[in-house]
Amino acid sequence: MSLSVHIEKKLGSFRLSVDLEHPGGITGLLGASGCGKSMTLKAIAGIEKPDRGRIVLDDRVLFDSEKKINLKPQERRVGYLFQNYALFPNMTVEKNILCGLSREKDKGIRRKKMEEMLEKMDLTAQRKLYPGQLSGGQQQRTALARILVSEPEVLLLDEPFSALDSYLRELLQIQVKDILAGYGKDVLLVSHSRDEIYYLCGRTAVMENGKILKTDDTKKLFADPGSWAGAELTGCKNIAEARKTGEYEVEVPDWGIRLRTGKPVKDHVCAVGLRAHYFNPKARENIFPVSYASEKEEPFEMRILFRYAGQKEGTPDLWWRLPKDRNPRTMPEKLGIAPQNVLLLYPEPQEDDI
Amino acid sequence: MIDWYPLWNSLRIAAISCTAVFFLGIPSAYYIARLPRAVKGILDVILTLPMVLPPTVCGYFLLILLGPQRPLGRFLANFGIQFAMTWYGGIVASAVVAFPLMYRTARGAFESFDTTLAYSGQTLGLSNTYIFWRIRMPACRQGILAGTVLAFARALGEYGATSMLIGYVPGRTATISTTVYQLWRTNNEQEAFFWVMVNVVISIIILLAVNMLERRNRKAGGRI
Repeated sequence: MSLSVHIEKKLGSFRLSVDLEHPGGITGLLGASGCGKSMTLKAIAGIEKPDRGRIVLDDRVLFDSEKKINLKPQERRVGYLFQNYALFPNMTVEKNILCGLSREKDKGIRRKKMEEMLEKMDLTAQRKLYPGQLSGGQQQRTALARILVSEPEVLLLDEPFSALDSYLRELLQIQVKDILAGYGKDVLLVSHSRDEIYYLCGRTAVMENGKILKTDDTKKLFADPGSWAGAELTGCKNIAEARKTGEYEVEVPDWGIRLRTGKPVKDHVCAVGLRAHYFNPKARENIFPVSYASEKEEPFEMRILFRYAGQKEGTPDLWWRLPKDRNPRTMPEKLGIAPQNVLLLYPEPQEDDI
Repeated sequence: MIDWYPLWNSLRIAAISCTAVFFLGIPSAYYIARLPRAVKGILDVILTLPMVLPPTVCGYFLLILLGPQRPLGRFLANFGIQFAMTWYGGIVASAVVAFPLMYRTARGAFESFDTTLAYSGQTLGLSNTYIFWRIRMPACRQGILAGTVLAFARALGEYGATSMLIGYVPGRTATISTTVYQLWRTNNEQEAFFWVMVNVVISIIILLAVNMLERRNRKAGGRI
């Protein structure tokens, strides 16, 4: 299984320019709202027509602007789970699922497959109900059932959990992960939630302003997001401009410190990121005097805001996050951070054709 | 002895013109809702004009178009069709005036339709015809129903364009509303009151029917 997407589209002042290779498995598209994630999915499904480019699924060309190929959504065999699930409100669960089987001509087989899917998705008790009578989780399962029964070759999930409250969301993430694993379908998942992506996706692509900045193994990407936007999207709270001062050293003028790094610094480094969880009063390196600014209590963690002794006026406080049981009674005088936890951030690749 | 002809004539004119408006208004609404904005604006003005123009002005235009001395009227006369001063001319007059009500309400319903439903249908492999009849139309049912009822009520009460085009001939072109006017004009207040009450009763029945239909829709559930 592979999906290759190279498309461009202009919409007013917004420019989408996506290059994405999906080798299989579950890939997440992580980006803020309005960055073009959903538009990318819509282009793959054939709902939105790109200005230029090529979309190839395995060896089938879905779209090719040069060869004037543009398959209808009906012919693409691409499953699309909409944010609001888009269940047909005038049809029962059964009928909604049957809608996914319209390609199957034999009525007996249609019914059989529908029954199997009801069973698998644990929807037998709800079969005669209308979408408006279902819980959020049942709606999502119905929508997934309807798509999976149509046997698409790739599955696109557009913010699949955003319509749910947080308790249900975590429960359903587990369920959906099992369902996807059980079907072995390739999946492209769009989300602005790093937790969702981290949990569900083996690979992650970071997207900003209509462009994909970096694609990598999810764990590697979170460990080294590479760009300012990437660091922000993966949840890094402390980011500041920096410049190279040594093979393994950068200077951060805003914080008035020099940091040792785990990785060799390239010349064009532009910023560093320090994750709020990684500060440690007992660290051996990168130890600098700090002063307490304020704190905020979260359900299970403390968020302590602090400033470096030599920090510039007007720059934002830094975040230190730690479990409540490890909350020191008095603010330590110094905080350190291990060199391998200093994220080196580089400018986003510049486009030469503007 | 009461002559029931105006009731019968009004009902058939309203029923036929409402049916015509239903089948003309829905496709126009559907296609115009998807046109580019500039074209949409122009067509919209033309099709909505009869709603804002005084009905007598509509009647004037209809007479100019269909009068027996006019080209189109003369042409139709070759086939024995004459809209001026005939009961079925009333169908044309009512349809023209009622059309914008159907068209506008249906267009509003189509425009507020959640397009992701159509898109998800397409990605599931459903044909566009199926999506139109089985998904889009049922979702827009409320709006279309409302439009139909409004159009019927408007056609039933049409006076201005009707009296211009088909006049008032007892037993031939008389409708409830032209009868009411005629009776009042000739100081026949009692009979005028009778026909007014007939009209009120019909209107109440229509509104009750609409409420009942809506309640049944809601009972069927099916709304997220």
